[in-house]
Formats: sequence, C-alpha cells, structure tokens
Amino acid sequence: MSSQVSIVNKQKKSKSAVSSKERVSRILHKYGMLMILIGLIILMSFLSPTFLTTGNLLNIVRQMSVVGIVAIGVTIVIITTGIDLSSGSVIALVSVVAASFAHPDTYPFFVPILIGLGLGLLTGVINGTIISKAKIAPFIVTLGMMTAARGAALLFSDGRPIGNLSDSFKFIGQGAVFGIPVPIIIFAFVGVISYILLNKTKFGKYVYAIGGNEHAAIIAGVNVDKYKVFVYGYAGLLSGLAGIVLTSRISSGQPTAGVMYELDAIAAAVIGGTSLAGGIGTIGGTIVGALIIGVMNNGLDLLNVSPYWQQILKGVIITVAVFIDSRKNRKS
Amino acid sequence: MNKEHVLEMINITKEFPGVKALDNVQLKVKKGTVHALMGENGAGKSTLMKILIGIYTPDSGKIIFDGEELKVSAIKNALDKGISMIHQELSPIPNMTVAENIFLGREPSYKFGWVKAKELEEKTRKLFEKLEIDIDPKAKMSELSIANTQMVEIAKAISYNSKLIIMDEPTSAITEKEVHHLFKIIRSLKQEGVSIIYITHKMDELSQITDEVTVLRDGKYIGTKSSDQITKDELIEMMVGRELNQIFHKQQVEIKELALSVQQLSKKGKFENISFEVRKGEIVGIAGLMGSGRTEVLESVFGINPSDSGEIYVHGEKATIRSPRDAIRYGMGLLTEDRKLTGLFLPLSVQDNIITVTIEQYAKGGFLNEKKIREDCQRLSDQLAIKTPSLQQLIKYLSGGNQQKALIARWLLQDPDILFLDEPTRGIDVGAKSEIYNLIFDLAKKGKAIVVVSSELPEILGLSDRIIVMHDGKKTGELSREEATQERIMELATGELVTSGS
Repeated sequence: MSSQVSIVNKQKKSKSAVSSKERVSRILHKYGMLMILIGLIILMSFLSPTFLTTGNLLNIVRQMSVVGIVAIGVTIVIITTGIDLSSGSVIALVSVVAASFAHPDTYPFFVPILIGLGLGLLTGVINGTIISKAKIAPFIVTLGMMTAARGAALLFSDGRPIGNLSDSFKFIGQGAVFGIPVPIIIFAFVGVISYILLNKTKFGKYVYAIGGNEHAAIIAGVNVDKYKVFVYGYAGLLSGLAGIVLTSRISSGQPTAGVMYELDAIAAAVIGGTSLAGGIGTIGGTIVGALIIGVMNNGLDLLNVSPYWQQILKGVIITVAVFIDSRKNRKS
Repeated sequence: MNKEHVLEMINITKEFPGVKALDNVQLKVKKGTVHALMGENGAGKSTLMKILIGIYTPDSGKIIFDGEELKVSAIKNALDKGISMIHQELSPIPNMTVAENIFLGREPSYKFGWVKAKELEEKTRKLFEKLEIDIDPKAKMSELSIANTQMVEIAKAISYNSKLIIMDEPTSAITEKEVHHLFKIIRSLKQEGVSIIYITHKMDELSQITDEVTVLRDGKYIGTKSSDQITKDELIEMMVGRELNQIFHKQQVEIKELALSVQQLSKKGKFENISFEVRKGEIVGIAGLMGSGRTEVLESVFGINPSDSGEIYVHGEKATIRSPRDAIRYGMGLLTEDRKLTGLFLPLSVQDNIITVTIEQYAKGGFLNEKKIREDCQRLSDQLAIKTPSLQQLIKYLSGGNQQKALIARWLLQDPDILFLDEPTRGIDVGAKSEIYNLIFDLAKKGKAIVVVSSELPEILGLSDRIIVMHDGKKTGELSREEATQERIMELATGELVTSGS
C-alpha cells in the first residue's frame, strides 16, 4: 500500500519520468514472451547446428500448426473467461468422420472438408448454447463434450483408424505452395482472420467486454448469450479445421487423435499472455506461445533430451507463465 | 498520554490514487463509552476504521490503543489486541452453521485440527444465552433472516471479548425489536468496560445510545461533541458544512412533457407498488436508507431484474422491458451503483470502456470505423475533462472520479432520453463531484429526464426538483424541492424509527 502511494506522489512531481518508465515495463509486458522466443531460438542455434535451417524451422511451425489453430480458438474463449476442454476430442471426431468421406474416387475433396468444419462448428454451438442458456460452467459443459465427442469418434469408427484417403485431401496436410507447407499457410490464414475479428469488429470488442466484466456488458446492452454461442462456435469450427489438417497429415482418420491437444492449446494461450481471469489476451501472443512450445519440443528433441524430461519442463514453463501473469494482474 | 482514553488515533492521513481519503484525522474514544462516528458517505469513516483493524496501512499518524502504540498489520492482529468489528456488509458463509461461522478460524480443536463439534456448539449456546439471542447454533446461516444474520454477526464480534468493538451501521438491516435488543447488549457491554465505536446515519440513535460523537467530512476531522449537548442542526452543519451552496449551481430549467411513468411496480421481497413520473428536463431524486429498495427499483425499470407486476410507460406508450437491451432501445441509460462490479471493464482501455453501448453505431458490416470512434471518444473526453494520458490508457489506472466520468461518457455517447444515475458520486473527491453535478444540470437543460439515487442527502437535495423517499421497499413520500429538508427526508426514510423516539 505505502509503495503505491509513493508512486502517486512521484507521478505528481514528474509525470514524464514515470510514464517513460511505465512505457518500458509495458513494452516488456507486451513483448516479453516474444523476446523469450527469440532468446530460445538464439540459444538453440548455438546448441544444435541443424536447428537454424529452413527445413527445421518450417518443420517446427508445421508441427505446431494443428495445436496453434486450436489455440487461437481457445484464446478467444478464454478471453471471455471461458474454457474449452473439448478441442482434442472434437479433432478425433472430425478426423474419423471427414476421413470416411475422403476415400479416393468417392466425393470431391471439399466434401470432407465442409463436413468436418460443419461438425466442428456444431459441437462448438452446442457448447455455447448450453453454457449461455443453461448457465452451466464452461469447464463442465466442455468436459462433457470432451468425453462425448471421444465416445462418438470411437463409436463411428468402431475404434479403428480409417485409412485410404484421396491425394487431393492429403494435400491439405502434406502439400506445399512455393515451398511453404499448406498447414502453415492455413495456420497463418486463421491467425490473420482471427486477429481482424478480435481487433477490428464489434464481435471482438464484445469478446473483451464480456471477459472484462460480464455483468457490466449485460447492463451496457450486449447480447452476451448470443456472443458466447459465437465464441464457442468459432472455437469448435477451428477444432474442426485442425482435425482436417491433422487427418490429412497423418493420412488417416484416428479416433484416438488429438489427445491432450486441448491442454497444449490452453498452454499456448496462457504462455502467450492470455489471462484466465478474462479480458486479456491476443492472437499474436498465442502464436508466440505456440511457437515457444514448438521450439522447445524441437530443440529438446535435437539435443536428445528424453521425452519424459520434456514433459516436466513444459509443465514448469506453463506454471511460471501463469505465475508471471497473476503477478501482472495483481500489480494493478 | 491520557489514561481515560482506550483509543487515540492521532493525525491519521491516508491517500489513495487520486483521492486523499483521510487528512490529519483524529479520533479519541473514552473507556467504557459509546462513541458515534458520523459523516456523509465518502467522509472517510470506513477508511479510518479499516486502518484501525489493519486492512489499510496509514501513510502517517499514530494509533494508541489501551496505553500502547498499535502497529496493526493484519486483521488477526487487531483481534488479538482486542479490537473487533461488525461490518456493515454482512459476510456469512452460507453453507456453514451459525456456530461454525462465529468461531471460524478459532474453532476449539484437538491436535491435527480435528474440530470439537460439541464444544463449539456449547460455546455458541452460552454466548447466545448471555446475549439473550434466540437462534439455533446448529442452523445453517443460509436459513437465517437478514436480521438474524446481523445478530449473529454482532454476537461474533462480542465473542472475541474485545476491549473495543466497532459497529458499522449495525441497525441498517434490523427491525425495531432487534434494535432495542442490540441497545440492551450495548449498555451491558458498557458496564463491563467495553468501548464501542458506533457508525450511524440515524440522528435519533445518537441521543439514545451514544455518549460522544466525532464528525468527519471529506476526509477531514471536523470535531468531537458530547452527544447530549449537540442539536440535530449543529450536527448536520458539521456533517454538510457549507459545500451545499458552494457546489450546486442549480439552474432553472423548463420542465416539459412526461418522459417516464412507472405505475404500481412490485417485486417480491424487494419493493411494492412503486409509482413515479419523470418529465423532460426534470431531475427526480430517490432517497432512502441502504436496503430500502432504491437500487432495486432502478434495476427493475432498466430490465436487469424485471418486476413481477406493474407497468412502465415511456413517452406515454407502454413499454415491455425484459432486459437492459430492451431498456436501451427505449432510450434509457443506467449508471450503476457499483462502478467496479457492474460498470467498468477494468482490463480494457478508456476508449473501449466508453464505446461499449454504442458499438453497433460504428460497425459497418461488422467492421468498426475506428477513426470515428476515436474522434467521438476524444470529443467526450474533452467535454467531460477526463484526465487520462490517452484514450488507450487502461481504465484501471484512472482515479475514481475519472473512471466515473468515462462511464458517464459511455451513456452520453448513447444519448438516452431517460438517464438513471445510481450513486453518481460515490467514492470520488469533491472537485470531481462538483463537475459531475454540473454535468447532470446540463443534461437536464438539454431536456433529459433524470433519476438520481443517492445516500448523500445534500446531493439529493441539491440536485433534485422532486424527491421520492423509500423505506423498506415502499414509497413513503414525495417531496417538492421546496418542501424537502434533511429532517423531512430522514423521517420518511427511517419509517417507524422516528416515531418510536428514545
């Protein structure tokens, strides 16, 4: 308390000095994780000669693109103080359903894509509708969807992978345009669209408002229920997209695909500065968060660190990120 | 060092960002007496008490309690020293029993924390016997009435065997019967040598139960008087000072046609048969004590908690309002009572806080016209003199007064015909208050119909053309500007308490 007061006194005396100091700390806030990412890249370049090659870097981004796409949807959900635990299971459900429409010489390649996207959207809309209409906690609703969608995936596929996919469908996950893998292009596209949605549209303003203070948003006339359905629907749609990319990349529909992806996605969002308390978070931050996880996974692989240790390290980093985040919020 | 004082708070100063909450305040309480602490809302009473029990640390000043200088850093500390407090806002844990609530944090227990349930219950029973309280120690808190909850809270404060008990408006939620009971308890505590700081807004309680009274105003110490010597008028003058004439520049405004008419509005357990009208250019005040249903009426008209029965007419036509969205569509705006809880988006910028209601106007095919948003917000920010380094500044860094202005700007941007202002100047300093008053007068001049709810009588008196007074969910009177005085309002607002006398 007393330190807070002394800050106020200082502010009165020399406003400019404090505000420039404030500016530095705000830049650190905003770009801190980006600096950590750059630091990690520099560190890895020294530790492993193969790290800083175009092939390896593209590989990192390509591997992270599925979780990254999911993380972008989850970020928007978390900004509204929600959570989506169903992404991984929805990926599996979309994976087996889309794969069954993607066999060679059956349907055109866009049919499984549209079905997959539609299915993802549907799961999200169901989540959002139950959350906003029945007023059940998002954690519970999406936990239910997580379990149910996984069951549906196993039921649909009889627990077996669905292979024999058309080449045109496989292009989504395995192809490249001008040397850039298609998953990366899709990831980037989703990033740009989501950035615009969140920053340039009233939808975005409402998302931040709902997360900043839901009660105040209702009083300000925001149709909170409707926008929650949009938000979870969008997250579901992106899970569907992620499911299609993953299925195409591994050339088969897998009922066991996407396990733990929801947690990796939440981790990427949180490392990227999204606050579980709501109202705070950016698409750029989440992409950086996803890349930090990707660089770490890749780097530790290159250094032959055991995957067991990798998991422990990831756990530590997530906790530290949330710790920093909570400190940040407490300061205000 | 004076032996007869149990507590001396000397030269206490406390500053919050943007507000000097306490400025060299003193409070001296004699042993075995009841000392009233009075002042308007925002005068600094609560801050002073929070310093005493260790929730806030003062910037400067000295506290001498029971002969030694007090360095309190935590509530538990204050309790150990012998100071306990009955908070105005009750905070029971609803799913625990009465006994568990009273002895929370000091349950009689075996090693390893196993609670001795029987003993816990027995101790509570004894406490209640002594205080002649008839409540089952095993009852869940959630089953108790508000009055009984308050009595449990009182028993809890006494159970610490403190030398000093702070009571923050203990009678605001209880009926006359319990008030007499409480006064009886207070008198017996006095005989045991316990001292009491008694915060109240009710003038008649002063002579009934207190020995001395200290008055604060705008964070400053005004004076201490003996309760049986001071008259109501003197007290009001001490509390209000001269600011009334200084900060209200009410202009004559032509009052035009009817804008809002509320007929026989009722909501079970909150308020009954409330009717009132507001005309264009008119400012109508709603006065009443905490819990009288003032805020609930506004929230009901605005569609937050729609009423069970009754009708609302806007510009002469019947309106169906089931949500704030409906209310906004009918041209209404509501500045809520609790800025932080229901108004501000703390993690967002000043600009994003201002445009929430009006975003639709700036969205073309979903995309926002950012240039127009910036221009409009800047114009309002200049007009209201919002002090912020930029519109992109996060609103949480602004002072209370500037946050409040930003929230007013939010509604001005919407340009409603009917504006509800619930405690428009709570927790902001006098300078900003005066600016907000002028703004309200300007709005009335422009033909807005305005309803103001306030706990501060001078504010209600200074602003309103007409004043509606509520007590216990009912409208007890309507006064014109000419008829209205603090005493008249208090009479209507306290209901039966005035007639009961001492």
